[in-house]
Amino acid sequence: MTLALYVPRRSPVHRVPAGGKLLALAALAVLLFAVPTVPVAGGALVGVLTVGLLAARVPVATLARQARTVRWWLAGLFVFHALFTDVPTAALTVLRLLALVLAAAVVTATTRVTEMVAVIERLCAPLRVLGVRPARIGLVVSMALRFIPVLAERAERIREAQAARGGSARGIRGIRTTVTPLLVQLLQMAHTVSEALDARGADDVPPARGHRSPAGA
Amino acid sequence: MRFRRPEPRPEAVADPTRGFELRGVSHRYGDRPVLADVDLHLTEARIGVVGANGSGKSTLARLLNGLVVPTAGQVLVDGLDTRTAVREVRRRVGFVFQDPDAQIVHPTVAEDAAYGLENQGVPAAERAERVAEVLARYGLAGHADHPAHLLSGGQKQLLAIAGVLVMRPARVVFDEPTTLLDLVNARRVARVIDGLEQQVVVVTHQLDLLDGFDRVLVVDGGRVVEDAAPRPAIAAYRALMERR
Repeated sequence: MTLALYVPRRSPVHRVPAGGKLLALAALAVLLFAVPTVPVAGGALVGVLTVGLLAARVPVATLARQARTVRWWLAGLFVFHALFTDVPTAALTVLRLLALVLAAAVVTATTRVTEMVAVIERLCAPLRVLGVRPARIGLVVSMALRFIPVLAERAERIREAQAARGGSARGIRGIRTTVTPLLVQLLQMAHTVSEALDARGADDVPPARGHRSPAGA
Repeated sequence: MRFRRPEPRPEAVADPTRGFELRGVSHRYGDRPVLADVDLHLTEARIGVVGANGSGKSTLARLLNGLVVPTAGQVLVDGLDTRTAVREVRRRVGFVFQDPDAQIVHPTVAEDAAYGLENQGVPAAERAERVAEVLARYGLAGHADHPAHLLSGGQKQLLAIAGVLVMRPARVVFDEPTTLLDLVNARRVARVIDGLEQQVVVVTHQLDLLDGFDRVLVVDGGRVVEDAAPRPAIAAYRALMERR
């Protein structure tokens, strides 16, 4: 399971600040829904592919993987609109969503997680007046991205261990026999993670933090 | 009723020659005692801790950088009390856990290595330099932007070690650092530990990891039952285990 989709390259797209890329993504979404025509949606898709493949040099496989994850949704939407509205509307809907999915993939592939997290921290800065520490919110987001694959791996190990002893993870019993040991493992792990955060100075967080990229980029 | 502002606590002054001092230390989790009346002064460069599962050795390790505060007694690191100067103690004492998956908190390698430095407020340029240097030293430079969960078990443990050493602690405590590793990776980690300039305390079941150490403690039933050079201490540990 791969959540971190960042593709390290030296490109102009990589150099654009994360906030700028997210704003561009939002602007594209507004444009696509404000001007609902096939030429605009098709042009946007061509533009996204040009930026992603040529300017940012994101591998075709990376974008194809993202498109594959939504292919059945897109196919279903196309069929639905083709049956109940008309084919141009079906094409517009599919082109629009595909352009947005690929644009988001380009943003993800050209932006480090820590840059994204830094944007989230900046957006959360006003919450300081309520006593919220934006750095903590950023850490939570970053840790969620880090531990989702670990969680999936642990669940898979539990399923394998049960299968090795002739068990099955199907049905209600399967859920119980997978979820219970997974929860126990997660609680144990959460305790160790909290110790690890303490050991690495989580309580030492300085009052104002700048950009968190280790490369200083 | 008037409240008096508490007097500011005098700044603790560290004395790097003092090492770890445990004075009358006992610890219990709820009703379960895990350590009883431990008195130790650890100044040697290489110190090993062995003992059966549940003997209290991991708790002993956690006392050394203030992850666990004793229910009785006092733990001092370079003269700093882990009860009152825990932040300064943790800056001085790095801690490497058995399971690197629980220690790596950021999605990519370089980001995780930088985590401790961010907490210390190290400027971005210096952070980048130190992270690059530590990743190169442990053969992870080519993986800087890779997702941490795709590393091998050995590489994850090296990243966990790098994430601690990049903070330049004066002392490092390892809690069973090779338990989850194959022979090749266990040897790599052993070589890394061997090459460290810092004072090192290693809790382990892998007895050959303690070759060349200065001192080995055998922990049993929450007490240090042997405290000697590696050969006699390990012999005593084997004898203890064979009696069971």
